[in-house]
Amino acid sequence: MSSKVIHALYKDDDLLMQAVKQTREAKYHIEEVYTPFPVHGLDKAMGLAPTRLAITSFLYGCVGLTVAITMMNYIMIEDWPQDIGGKPSFSYIENMPAFVPIMFELTVFFAAHLMVITFFMRSKLWPFKQAENPDVRTTDDHFLMEVDTTGHNVEELSKFLSNTGAVEVSLIDKHN
Amino acid sequence: MYTLSNRLRLFSIILVVVGLIGLVAGFATTPGSIEEVKEMMASHDDHGAGHGESVAAENEVHAGNTIHAEAPLDKDAHEGDAHYEHILHQLQNKPWAALYIAAFFFFMIALGVLAFYAIQFAAQAGWSPVLFRVMEAITAYLVPGGLILFVILALSGFHVNHLFVWADPEVVAHDALIQGKSGWLNGTGFIIRAAIFMGGWILYRQFAVKYSRKQDEDAVDNKWYKKSFKISAGFLVFFIYTESMMSWDWIMSFDPHWFSTLFGWYVFAGLFVSGITTIALITIYLKSRGYLEFVNNSHIHDLAKFMFGISIFWTYLWFSQFMLIWYSNIPEEVTYFITRIEDYKLPFFGMLIMNFIFPLLILMNSDFKRLNWFVVMAGIMILCGHYIDVFNMVMPATVGESWFIGLSEISAVLLFLGLFLFVVFGALTKAPLLAKGNPYIKESKHFHY
Repeated sequence: MSSKVIHALYKDDDLLMQAVKQTREAKYHIEEVYTPFPVHGLDKAMGLAPTRLAITSFLYGCVGLTVAITMMNYIMIEDWPQDIGGKPSFSYIENMPAFVPIMFELTVFFAAHLMVITFFMRSKLWPFKQAENPDVRTTDDHFLMEVDTTGHNVEELSKFLSNTGAVEVSLIDKHN
Repeated sequence: MYTLSNRLRLFSIILVVVGLIGLVAGFATTPGSIEEVKEMMASHDDHGAGHGESVAAENEVHAGNTIHAEAPLDKDAHEGDAHYEHILHQLQNKPWAALYIAAFFFFMIALGVLAFYAIQFAAQAGWSPVLFRVMEAITAYLVPGGLILFVILALSGFHVNHLFVWADPEVVAHDALIQGKSGWLNGTGFIIRAAIFMGGWILYRQFAVKYSRKQDEDAVDNKWYKKSFKISAGFLVFFIYTESMMSWDWIMSFDPHWFSTLFGWYVFAGLFVSGITTIALITIYLKSRGYLEFVNNSHIHDLAKFMFGISIFWTYLWFSQFMLIWYSNIPEEVTYFITRIEDYKLPFFGMLIMNFIFPLLILMNSDFKRLNWFVVMAGIMILCGHYIDVFNMVMPATVGESWFIGLSEISAVLLFLGLFLFVVFGALTKAPLLAKGNPYIKESKHFHY
């Protein structure tokens, strides 16, 4: 499927923020915004839904804690409860203080790593991935807003975007 | 300007009066002689039976900490009177210990706020200046609260009561370990140190508040602000030394045979989190009354983050202290936790739930930290938890297994709560609630997270 989009380039993040707000007010659909660095408040201006990454991290942490408890309960208490230096291996709770450092570390380990992997998967990032950058300048000092033209007059939209302070407006044939 | 409502004034006065009456009743009902203890215990027959069995264990556990260090363990000969005398001393200590815990608890809140206040200055924090007047008002309690605590410490240091075993010359005469420490643990040194600690803290407080007021009138060149910055940095250095020594003197010396190196930090974490929680609670109260229109929910969110973070820090220190001692299990160190786990199971582990699990789960969510009722709920739980923390540090060494959260304990809390509210809200009326001369005040008013 091929669709036509307009790329509007900006040189300043304040201008970009303003343009995003104006474009949304004019009921044009913003496909994507490319910036060289995080622009504070851009997600709110674009109306993006808040991330749920923290929730996944909490759940992964719970998994990690469960893994740690199950593992040490099996190894130290159930499978071979040896007397190691007089530590009470009769039940998990009796010897628990000795297990806490591992419980803590595994909780953090699971929460951190699985969250990072979730992030990579959700944002489709991996080694050898084809870069999706539409214009190399957006990694340096330009900001790019991609606006969908479907159902709109291209001429009118280009004019509107130029008026928002774009330094460059171009019509792009997008193949996906 | 804040005006103290008559209802609040009346409420705090009622708390003080009720607390005072309850405390006097608590002192009046302590047994005066062994005979009274016997009578009391006979009237609780079922209770008494259980006690007989635990005499031996008790003598072992408390050996060294009490007068009965050398009480022989052959029960037949000495069990009777030695045991009742032991109970008598514990019961006589009970109202004193209750008074001490409450006095220290509210003092430590004010001290925690003072440390937090100094840190905000030294770190040039941009979010907190709108809360400075609230913090200044809470630290106003340092003066009356400190005076009362000082008097109680002086009474105990010179053995008017039996709170500190090391203050009893009879005990020291038979105790080589305390004799070895008497260079530090003696009444005179104890009082002089207390005077230096409190003097330094109150001095900083007086000057910091004075400079803050002057900065309001004369903000040119930020002259007063810069002075405040300098004394805050100086105070923090002074504070970290004195706070550590204070924790040895006022808390750790209840168990003069025991020592722990991270104890000062542990006490600090407790007082710091209680102080921050109190700031949050009073801020939320004042805002709900419409006095702090420049405080937004991002400020509450930040305070709640501190409550959350420092609660975890407190747990970290609690666990580090507990686990190291539990793991190595050296008899001279581990008795501290054995008495607590055997006689104080519920408060000892209950406080972990209140001070760690509860804030951890309640305050983890970013949205919850902006909801006033969530922060208030967590805050009340944290304050109760840290009261029990102090209770756990003081009671086992003073009243042992005769503990109970009853008339004296609750009355003492009410007494100091009333005094605290009266002083703090009284101090709030003394100055405008916005420190308008502070160079960071504009940033703080627009603070948004």
